[in-house]
Amino acid sequence: MRSLPESGPAAAPVAVPRSDDVPPTSTAPMALIVTGLAVVLAVSVLLAIGLGAAAVAPGDTLRYLWAAVTGGSITAGEVTAYQIIWQVRTPRVLLAVLVGAGLSVVGVAIQAMVRNALADPFVLGVSSGASAGAVLVSASGALTAMGIYAVSTGAFLGALLVSALVYLASRGAGGLAPLRLVLTGVAMAFGFQAVMSLIVYFMPDGESTSTVLFWSMGGFGAATWGALPVVAVVTGVCVVVLRRFARGLDVLALGDETSASLGVDTLRVRRGLFVLTSLATGAMVAVSGAIGFVGLVMPHLVRLWVGAAHVRVLTIAPLVGAIFMVWADLVARTLVAPRELPLGVITALVGVPVFVVLLRRRGYLFGGR
Amino acid sequence: MTLLLDELSVSIDGAAIVEDLTLAVEKGQVVGLIGPNGSGKTTALRCVYRALRPAGGAVRVDGADLTRVPLRDSARMIAALTQEDGADLDFTVEEIVALGRAPHLRGNQALSARERELCRQAMSRMEVAHLAHRGVLSLSGGERRRVLVARALVQEPRFLILDEPTNHLDLHHQIRLLAMLRDTGMSVLVTLHDLNLAASACDRLTVLSRGRLVAAGPPREVLTEALLRDVFGVEASVVPHPLTGVPQVLYDLGSATSSTEGTPA
Repeated sequence: MRSLPESGPAAAPVAVPRSDDVPPTSTAPMALIVTGLAVVLAVSVLLAIGLGAAAVAPGDTLRYLWAAVTGGSITAGEVTAYQIIWQVRTPRVLLAVLVGAGLSVVGVAIQAMVRNALADPFVLGVSSGASAGAVLVSASGALTAMGIYAVSTGAFLGALLVSALVYLASRGAGGLAPLRLVLTGVAMAFGFQAVMSLIVYFMPDGESTSTVLFWSMGGFGAATWGALPVVAVVTGVCVVVLRRFARGLDVLALGDETSASLGVDTLRVRRGLFVLTSLATGAMVAVSGAIGFVGLVMPHLVRLWVGAAHVRVLTIAPLVGAIFMVWADLVARTLVAPRELPLGVITALVGVPVFVVLLRRRGYLFGGR
Repeated sequence: MTLLLDELSVSIDGAAIVEDLTLAVEKGQVVGLIGPNGSGKTTALRCVYRALRPAGGAVRVDGADLTRVPLRDSARMIAALTQEDGADLDFTVEEIVALGRAPHLRGNQALSARERELCRQAMSRMEVAHLAHRGVLSLSGGERRRVLVARALVQEPRFLILDEPTNHLDLHHQIRLLAMLRDTGMSVLVTLHDLNLAASACDRLTVLSRGRLVAAGPPREVLTEALLRDVFGVEASVVPHPLTGVPQVLYDLGSATSSTEGTPA
């Protein structure tokens, strides 16, 4: 796109900047996409905080939030609405933002680590371990010292236990072979599912169904302000660290031999990814159960949109995942209010058709045809 | 500036794949590694580009044992075209080529103007510049191979290791690639199945048979009818090329001897 002067001394050779001097990855559209998504996310959050069984207008929602943050005042008649907004919905929606972003980013990292398009944050058995841990704690009444966090702690410990077992079982002479990791994880998931079923079998009837449903489908019904900092740190660390090593993840996708020739130590990278994703997934499952589908599909959707390079995928995926999760949670709690649908049901019902249609339309490739 | 495979031995699951292999690549030399299937060529190369740790001996660059050099540092000295042809993700050609800079860059640092120019040059050298924005998974095997060579060039190595670079390439690109290797003045260690191309492209040939070195030297001395019979199991005629004098191997469908399995090397 060169613009030539229409008058003046003609034909004087002027150094016109060539259009291909612009960096090939075209940073301008990326900045635009990020800004756009951030605005959409902010609006979504505001709407989601206002909407629910008792709807609050966006203006009032903003005023309550402002009052809560600045310590301002509200009228006596508004106290109930204020409490719903600030004590119940705000932490819930923020948790949806963090977990949506976190699961999407972890999904990207796990798919790179095991070099498998079908991988998601739970492929290494973390969710089954967490469910088993949670169910065990709530059935046995263990960890009472942890108070209201007892069950979450149980879930986190269960997740870590499975991760450790998967790691030890798949370690071998050739390092952490991706396929062996996946197979071990899947096997371990079945094992821990059986353990959970066994515990549930011996549990009193009333509790078991809802406990199992929560841990296997996920939900933000139990969100509190207290849980937010941990998840915020986990998600933040994941995004920052993974973006920093984005080029390494790109290299990993070229194969282990090629990675070595490009100076990437695949064993070290996989080990690091394993620890990071296990801790992050464990922490997220502990507060919100195993919300399926998001960590599998968001990475693919984002790749379809901005291409395969991890630095771009890891920039966009958390925003898209957060927006998706906020809306999924809103639907889950308003569709058949006052009852609440399991979140995993919504993420799957909405996401699966969208995903299938996109895959067919764009001729998307992950690892060949 | 010498790359030295110093009495290199590799065994996998107890079986010796390479035994006491010694060979040197001097500055600016193109050294060819030839031998029948399973003779240990790829295994030897894997030790050079660090995908494998030798069981005995060492790979040395200017005397220094590579296993003591950090992986990133050796990737700045040695670039490789491996037999891995694919990619899990549909990167664009441009992105794949740019990954050649990985060992030179910290974190997610962007490419400098000079590095982007380097990528452009490598792509036009390998005649893939017109594919720059294409997804790599939609390319043909030969095109992808050329993209990967461009990526190795962008690495700006002192030594280029190429495992069957001419696989999937049409005749034009086979010749272009090998001629380019000669022109760059880079030090190259390459495996080739096409003995005629090997004889034309290489300063020296090293012949492997069942993990052991059986002959080494200039193509004229190495490529003999006796060697072709003993090592490759082929009764062929070796004649000088009418224009260049380089030895060329002629054979027909009756040339293969019944088996190479029991042939003493």
